[in-house]
Amino acid sequence: MSDAVLEVRHLSKSFGAHAVLKDIDFSVNQGDVISIIGGSGGGKSTLLRCINLLETPTGGEILFHGENVARKGANAAAYRSKVGMVFQSFNLFNNMTVLENCTVGQIKVLKRGKKEAREMAIEYLNRVGMGPYINAKPRQISGGQKQRVAIARALAMQPEILLFDEPTSALDPEMVGEVLEVMRGIAEGGMTMLVVTHEMNFAREVSGRVVFMADGVICEQGDPEQIFTAPTQARTREFLSRYL
Amino acid sequence: MFGERVSLLFADIGNLLSKYGKVYLSGIWNTLLLAVVATLIGCLIGFVCGILQTIPCSKNDGILKRFFLGLISVIVRIYVELFRGTPMILQAVFIYYGVPYFSGGQIQFTNIWTVAIIVVSINTGAYMAESVRGGILSIDPGQTEAAKAIGMNHFQTMTSVILPQALRNIMPQIGNNFIINVKDTSVMFIIGFTEFFAAHKMAAGATFKYFPSATVEMVGYLCMTLLASFLLRRVEKMMDGSDSYELVNGDQLVMTAGTYNHPLKGSPFDEHSIEYTPENAAEGKR
Repeated sequence: MSDAVLEVRHLSKSFGAHAVLKDIDFSVNQGDVISIIGGSGGGKSTLLRCINLLETPTGGEILFHGENVARKGANAAAYRSKVGMVFQSFNLFNNMTVLENCTVGQIKVLKRGKKEAREMAIEYLNRVGMGPYINAKPRQISGGQKQRVAIARALAMQPEILLFDEPTSALDPEMVGEVLEVMRGIAEGGMTMLVVTHEMNFAREVSGRVVFMADGVICEQGDPEQIFTAPTQARTREFLSRYL
Repeated sequence: MFGERVSLLFADIGNLLSKYGKVYLSGIWNTLLLAVVATLIGCLIGFVCGILQTIPCSKNDGILKRFFLGLISVIVRIYVELFRGTPMILQAVFIYYGVPYFSGGQIQFTNIWTVAIIVVSINTGAYMAESVRGGILSIDPGQTEAAKAIGMNHFQTMTSVILPQALRNIMPQIGNNFIINVKDTSVMFIIGFTEFFAAHKMAAGATFKYFPSATVEMVGYLCMTLLASFLLRRVEKMMDGSDSYELVNGDQLVMTAGTYNHPLKGSPFDEHSIEYTPENAAEGKR
């Protein structure tokens, strides 16, 4: 387990008396593509938000290359710049063009030069098929296009891990495909990915490991084929039966 | 009868303008200059107060940070309530006479502009503090999260993402404050500031043509505020940017060079890559 990029140990999170995550343990290795599935309220999104420190864990450790980033006084901003995040509601910066969305982090956080940042941004925007739209504002493009820009924005930071928080849940059905297609490409490019999703086909075909969460615990995890064809837990079977 | 009165009014106004035109004009100039400068400084004060009040504070932060944030918020509240809750005309008197009074004559305001700008600025600041706070709170929390997620610190998040959007949202409020300032600087005559209304007092006092002079004032103030409204709308339009955008069509091959699709397959959503099929690629077409 020494080559783990990210290790979550005994992670717990509660909002008041309500425990959302209970003693979560799992690890992510370089190049892993992991899908996190489960019903609403199971703690999937909270887990992802805790990993990115958008929520402060109540207990446990998050080890990034062996260093606990959840401890007090850790440099959250520096850690976050190495962990990309794609949100359900895109959250593109509304005051910036598509291109600026993808350069601002590079310039402000990574201190790259404007020209270099621009070239990098255009490269990744081309990769997600949004190259022609660099001058558009977020309000002028569709949901699927926004999400593709959001992915390019995260990629332009050249993160070590990319987190996806239900990236297609806010999209019209006809736009889901284009975003999943982009994500599939990124996965094939070797990016380490953690994807919270309701797209079971994506989880099955693209990811190397599937984690099923319910009631704040990891109920079952393993190879996608095993999870989808021969789940060992009753809860997993029950959940998957609603999708098949 | 009415026609006679109207022509008399025009004659009186003509006389007033020929004698006191320069006084009125310098009054207008002073009013506008004071309103512009004080609104700008007031906005600055408002932004500082608004930002200080919206610094996130969680239970995990140290006691010292929480104490200072609490202190700042109390000070800002007192400032806002004090200057929003008292008439500006009295504030002017208070500062103009109060500072020399308490310093035993050590500090005198030699320039009336200093007092006028201070009073109108802190007044505007008190109103703007709340507007800015509201403007910041009105921005979707997702914007902050996205900024944090790419590694920005609080300051970077504020200056690059939140404040530009908040500024756009409170532009109507800033315009409101500016127009109010154009009109309300008239109370500065109390400390002898010669703005547009003081010009009226001077001209009317010398000629006893109160109504004609007041008519000049009414029209003058209305022209100033209408112009301000017009300019502010233009600024808002400018901030919104163009409604359309231009597609940048670079090298078509670049479009398909990404990792997201197979170059021979293209992808169903990308109209450029659909054109890139093995057949037309071989023929050298786009």
